Amino acid sequence: MSARETSPSVVPNGSGAAAILAAGIGSFVLAVFAIAGDKIPAFGKSMIFYKPTGPLSGVTTLAIIIWLAAWVIFDRSWSKRTVPLTRISTVALVLLALSLLLMFPPVGDLF
Amino acid sequence: MEISTRAIWTLIHGMGFGGLYLLACSWIIVELWRRYAPDAGIPVTEREERFLKIYLNAMAVLAWLSVLTGAYIVYPWYRALAPAGTANLAGFPQLLLKSNPATSAWHSIGMEWKEHVAWLAPISITMAAGVASKYGGALKHYRQLRNAVLCFVVVSFLAAGIACFFGAEIDDHAPVKGGSIIHVVNER
Repeated sequence: MSARETSPSVVPNGSGAAAILAAGIGSFVLAVFAIAGDKIPAFGKSMIFYKPTGPLSGVTTLAIIIWLAAWVIFDRSWSKRTVPLTRISTVALVLLALSLLLMFPPVGDLF
Repeated sequence: MEISTRAIWTLIHGMGFGGLYLLACSWIIVELWRRYAPDAGIPVTEREERFLKIYLNAMAVLAWLSVLTGAYIVYPWYRALAPAGTANLAGFPQLLLKSNPATSAWHSIGMEWKEHVAWLAPISITMAAGVASKYGGALKHYRQLRNAVLCFVVVSFLAAGIACFFGAEIDDHAPVKGGSIIHVVNER
């Protein structure tokens, strides 16, 4: 059977939901870390993984690690299951929208 | 005619990887809509499915190359600190922008926004490539899944657009200079 003919009952939506939620979490964590790195000097200093790039190196590296870890964990838990996709994709898109908002400097500077 | 190695890297990062990613994004958004719009009854061949997977994976590679060259090659030159007493800040773009009230917002808003929002592009498009690789043509059965993927792809386009716009403007106001000089054409 080709992939195009595969029915939803054969391929559970869990893996897709895992990928989407993890991307939302990764984006949001990146935004939160970016603000924390800017506003909390000790945190910002601890995020300097590569000196020439400064705190951006640690902020992005940690966010990527958390995103990939979340993806692996959710995928392992959900890959063989059908999960409530509406709720999960809503949460993921809200996290993505929040991350976009928080990354805009005038908004991030409110904290 | 000559060009510095730093200018070449800036070009590779911005116009090469970043610009190409933006172009690729515009096609993928149209293609995903063409395939999965509510009234789209267009049959998709196996070959087209394979192409979409390869295309999305290539976009993910482009996005990662763009942010990584930006953060680890170009950005350190941008934020370099000038030795005490330096009067000419031409080789120190961040300090040059901040030294003038008319240009300081290019750093405080432009670079501060760009350096973080750009990372949404590789995260989003890698997710889209992963979902497309996993589900292939079966994605047509999952309306919510493909809608969410399309939203992430649109955000990645937006993020890359913001990064490219501010990158170009910042480089216009305070270009990254220095490095060895390459003579492209020697005048006689």
